[in-house]
Order: sequence, then structure tokens, then C-alpha cells
Amino acid sequence: MSVQKELCIIGLIALGTALTRFAPFLLFSGRKVPPVMRDLGGMLPCAAMGLLVVYCLKDLSFAAPPYGLPELIAVAATAALYCFRRNVLLSIGGGTALYMLLVRFVFVQ
Amino acid sequence: MHLKALRAALPHTLPVLTGYLFLGLAYGVLMRAAGFPVWMTALCSTLIYAGSMQYAALPLLSAFDPAGAFLLSLMINARHLFYGLSMLGPYSGTGKKKPYLIFALTDETFSVNVSARPPEGVDRGWFLFYVSLLDQLYWVAASAAGAVLGGALPFDTKGIEFVMTALFVTIFTGQWLDHADHRPALVGLGASAACLLVFGAQRFILPAMALITVLLLCLRPAGGKAPKEGQET
Repeated sequence: MSVQKELCIIGLIALGTALTRFAPFLLFSGRKVPPVMRDLGGMLPCAAMGLLVVYCLKDLSFAAPPYGLPELIAVAATAALYCFRRNVLLSIGGGTALYMLLVRFVFVQ
Repeated sequence: MHLKALRAALPHTLPVLTGYLFLGLAYGVLMRAAGFPVWMTALCSTLIYAGSMQYAALPLLSAFDPAGAFLLSLMINARHLFYGLSMLGPYSGTGKKKPYLIFALTDETFSVNVSARPPEGVDRGWFLFYVSLLDQLYWVAASAAGAVLGGALPFDTKGIEFVMTALFVTIFTGQWLDHADHRPALVGLGASAACLLVFGAQRFILPAMALITVLLLCLRPAGGKAPKEGQET
């Protein structure tokens, strides 16, 4: 992609991000939050995170070796680590370290 | 006044420094590995300044889909809507600093600013400002450092791209543990997986977002009013 197109995408992402931050201050200063917005806004973060997890794993192939195993194992380990210790950095670091070990030594292509 | 506020803010930002150092360095390394120049990494960290979004943006910078990128940024960052609602009070009366305070409202900055009490004699507005500013400086510096060092890191970085998956899985798990109602999370996973199967990896995002929105609206309690006795539905 050309630099102009990349900058265009970056600009749009920056705009979308900024909109989500400014919107409450622009719309709701002093006024009530409509129920639809409140309900949707309460549920959207969890759903969006589900979308993101799928997004990260979108190129996994279960048909050919390594059958997505390094990713699935590391995802399970990351989630389990967080359940046990509730530490964000430990979970991310541990899960990533495990994945790096798996793709280097266990599921070598 | 500024020095006092800065010195008061600094200790509150140290946990954020640790986190941003790790995630920012990895982000910079990934950007470099994907072939993007250091200035672009620094630009993203300055203008977008949203960790999970910046990671998610990596694939968006290779297939030109402006509408998809914009909509994805709205959806991924939707939680900011709640941060804003929470900070309506704390950020009032901050004058000219307010736009920057709002712009720099990341998960970590929000968690510090929503709960921190500046010490006696420290201006609250400048305290909040320096927390925000320091956090962004950490992020920009770490990502730029990753982009610069990327090729020169002494160890093989194969597999480091998993850090993005790990970040999202961790946040997802945290949300799962904190919410009794798992249906929105399941809708997110299920609708996305279904659309991935039907539309393929390149085109599933927009249908997934549409489907998620429809399903979440169906999950809302209908009208909020109980039906009258004996009324036909």
C-alpha cells in the first residue's frame, strides 16, 4: 500500500478512536444517557473483545499441520494464567513466551 | 505548580510505564517487522494512542479498506464511551487541558485518573494532565524504541506477534470473570466465528459487527415494562 493510503487509514483510525473518547463529552454533558445507548454500550466491550480474539486467530488452519495447536495451547495458557493470578503482564508475557517456545521447539515447520 | 503536579503524578504512572514498555516495545518491533518506518510507528502512537487498536491496525495497513478500518476503530474502542461518561465530573473545570485529557483517555490512564487523589496543594487539573502526558510519552518512546531496535534485538523474535493475541485474550478473560452475563461475550465470539466461516478471513469484520449489533439489541430487555395481566403478546 502506498504511504498516502497508509496515512489515510491511520487518520481514519485516529478519528474513530478520538470520536469514541470525545463522544460522551460532546453528547452527554449534563443530559441523560438514552437507554439504548447505555444497554448497547454496556454489552459492546465484551462482544468487541470476542470479535478481536477471533480476528487474531482468523488465519488459523485446522486442516494442515500444525493444526492451529500452538495458538490454541497458548491462548488457553494465557486465559488460565489470568484466571489464576489476575495479572495482565504475567498472562501476556507467559502466554507469548509459551507460544514462542512452541513454534520454535515443538511445532517446528 | 507544574513541577509539583508532575512530581505528584509520576509515582502513579510507574505501573503504566512497565506495561507500556513491554507492549510498546513489542508493537514497535512488529511494525518494523511489517516494514513500516520508525516515523510511522511514532505517528500512530501519537495520533491514535490506543494499544489494542494499534495492534489491530497492523493488518489494516496492508489491505486498503477505509470504511472497515474506521468502523473497526469505533467498535474496538467503544469502551472509551464508558470512560468518558465516568470522567464527565472529574474532567470538568480543567479548562484548556480538557481536550488533551479526553484525547489521551486510554484504559490505563483512565484507571489512574478515575481513582487517584492528588495530594494537598497540588492542582488537580495539572495532576490529571501530567498523568496523561507521562503515559503517552512512555507509549510513544517505547514503540519508537521497538521500531528502532527491532532488527538489532539480540534474540530471535519469532512468534512475538502472539503478544497481540495474548493481550486480547487477557482482556477478554478479565471481562468474562467480571461479568455474570456471558451472553455478550459469547455473541462476540460466536457471531465473529460464524462470519469468519461464511465470509473468509479478509471480509468477515463488517458482517460480524452488523450481526453482533443485531444480536445485542435482541438481548436487551424488551421495553423495560412488564406485560399487563392477561394481555396478549
